[in-house]
Amino acid sequence: MKKKLTEIAPTLSKAPTGIAGLDEITGGGLPAGRPSLVCGNAGCGKTMLAMEFLVRGATQFGEPGVFMMFEENAAELTANVRSLGFDLDKLAAEKKIALDYVHIERSEFEETGEYDLEGLFIRLGHAIDSIGAKRVVLDTVEALFAGLPNHAVLRAELRRLFRWLKDRGMTAIITGERGEGSAITRYGLEEYVADCVIILDQRIQEQISTRRLRVLKYRGTAHGMNEYPFLIGAHGFSVLPITSLQLDHEVSVQRVPTGVARLDEMLGGKGIFRGSSVLVSGSPGTGKSSIAAKFIESACARGERALFFAYEESKAQIVRNMRSIGIDLATPIKKGLLEIHSSRPTLQGLEQHLVMMHDLVRTFHPTVVAVDPISNLTMAHDDAEAKPTLMRLIDFLKKEQITGIYTSLTSGGDATSAPEDSQLYVSSLMDTWLLLRNVEFTGECNRTIFVRKSRGMAHSNQVREFVVSDTGIDLVDVYLGGDRVLTGSARVAREAQERAVSTLRGEDHQRKLRQLASRRKAIEAQIAALQAEAEAESEEVHFVIAQETLQEKTTHQNTSAMAQQRGGATGTNGQMKQRR
Amino acid sequence: MVAAAAHAATRYVLRLYVTGSTPHSTRAISNIRKICEEHLDGRYDLEVIDISQYPSLAKGEQIIAAPTLIRKLPLPLRRFIGDMSQTQRILLGLDLRKAESSSAKLP
Repeated sequence: MKKKLTEIAPTLSKAPTGIAGLDEITGGGLPAGRPSLVCGNAGCGKTMLAMEFLVRGATQFGEPGVFMMFEENAAELTANVRSLGFDLDKLAAEKKIALDYVHIERSEFEETGEYDLEGLFIRLGHAIDSIGAKRVVLDTVEALFAGLPNHAVLRAELRRLFRWLKDRGMTAIITGERGEGSAITRYGLEEYVADCVIILDQRIQEQISTRRLRVLKYRGTAHGMNEYPFLIGAHGFSVLPITSLQLDHEVSVQRVPTGVARLDEMLGGKGIFRGSSVLVSGSPGTGKSSIAAKFIESACARGERALFFAYEESKAQIVRNMRSIGIDLATPIKKGLLEIHSSRPTLQGLEQHLVMMHDLVRTFHPTVVAVDPISNLTMAHDDAEAKPTLMRLIDFLKKEQITGIYTSLTSGGDATSAPEDSQLYVSSLMDTWLLLRNVEFTGECNRTIFVRKSRGMAHSNQVREFVVSDTGIDLVDVYLGGDRVLTGSARVAREAQERAVSTLRGEDHQRKLRQLASRRKAIEAQIAALQAEAEAESEEVHFVIAQETLQEKTTHQNTSAMAQQRGGATGTNGQMKQRR
Repeated sequence: MVAAAAHAATRYVLRLYVTGSTPHSTRAISNIRKICEEHLDGRYDLEVIDISQYPSLAKGEQIIAAPTLIRKLPLPLRRFIGDMSQTQRILLGLDLRKAESSSAKLP
């Protein structure tokens, strides 16, 4: 006894199930060496869960297992699980799995006194020994209650059976039908299997069925208490992984361009962080899908892989429509860099959509995922339910370092109402939020964009006009006219007006310069005329002087000649006389 | 007595599956032997099989409860579980009571 006590490790040892998500919820798997109860209504996947536990145990963890079935026979079960890719015949031949079909027909039995179920023990023991099993599944042991009339004996024997499994160190799954009302199982099996109880449930809400799993009880360990949606897909059972329990994902400092240069400029000049989540919200026709498509196109152009989940348009339609605005999605599809998955949001429950997305992301390994639009996914669900599931998706992508771009349709159409109200409260989960709006002014409706928030970077607070043309999408500065922004024609008119004003001003300057030049020319001409005049005057003066000098000289000569003629009289007197 | 004689000629093939020498097993063996000797004198073939020795037989014969008695012949196949202490039930199940009562009425 003492030895046994010391053998028990402080933490419960666990047997991994290998089922995607379940090991995360249970913190490593089912209690090793103990029986666990899996219960649920018909058709909710008990057998599949148990089978996958066994097959994964045998193939991945080197623990062979015995599947003892009470309802289906071995051939039926083998056929059923083949659809999940499990080849039981092969596993049985390799002695990894032993199947035993226990058939009980009430009408064949006649009770003739006291009995026990030692036969069952011997069969199980024999099966376990034949392959050295470590795992056991009893599916559905409750069928014995219908087969054997003496329930008192049966209960005692089942109690002994579970004890016996524990003593043999078998990690076991016992499946049971869900009971009425508050009862966990119809025949109270939970009384005997008390270590771990998992409840499976299938619920239909608004005509969409969702399967859910809940760990009701797990003795001696912490476990996720919530209901987790699960799916039985082509790769088996898959519980939506819980990544939102912890916020410890790695973050990247790498920046990714959005494909729209002006938008990158608004986001600190470099674009968004790799692995961050971007919400593009807006009313119908504001260009949300175009932004998402542009982002994907640019990612693919860099050689990255991208997944596009579309819930409004078909693949061909998206490719055609995006081509019309100069976004080429056909080339990356051809190169295998892009996959577009179009489906109706009402095709299946939100959880199933998300599980499907998980599967696709896991197999395709994209670096960019776009969901267009995220709001459609939640159309058929109430917000309270939608948020945690969306949160899981967003967290999952973040953890995988995948950049997520989610568009969201808002009901409030114009700028006056607040489209922020209808964001399913997911905006708080987003790192970057681009808000697109229609602005109606002067008889036309134009798109505007602004960065509502962007964590971890300096971002622009400016509203830009968002222009979609056949050459692509671009952002243009808006004009502030009075108390509102001007977009579209109003912006163009304003631009033209400004251009005209500046042209006029330019012409005015030219004219002034010309005037100045001609004035200068006039002045220069004036100067030249004046100079000419001055020259002319000076010439005149010189001429007069010369004339007068000559005259004087002539007079003097005449006087002297006269004086000579008069003989010695002075010129002066003669002159004086002459004057008199 | 013709019908009774025909009945009396029917050969019974019985298999009793027990698990070791538990009280149930030993009681069942002695009980069924007694019934056979009293009602099927000389026309029965009883085999007692310990499935703890031959566990693979348990799967083939769909044995769950122990002890289990299987009437292989005459057909149809019948199963009895328990320590064979309720003699009347066994006789009814083996169609031995019916034969007796009808033979009693005949003359």
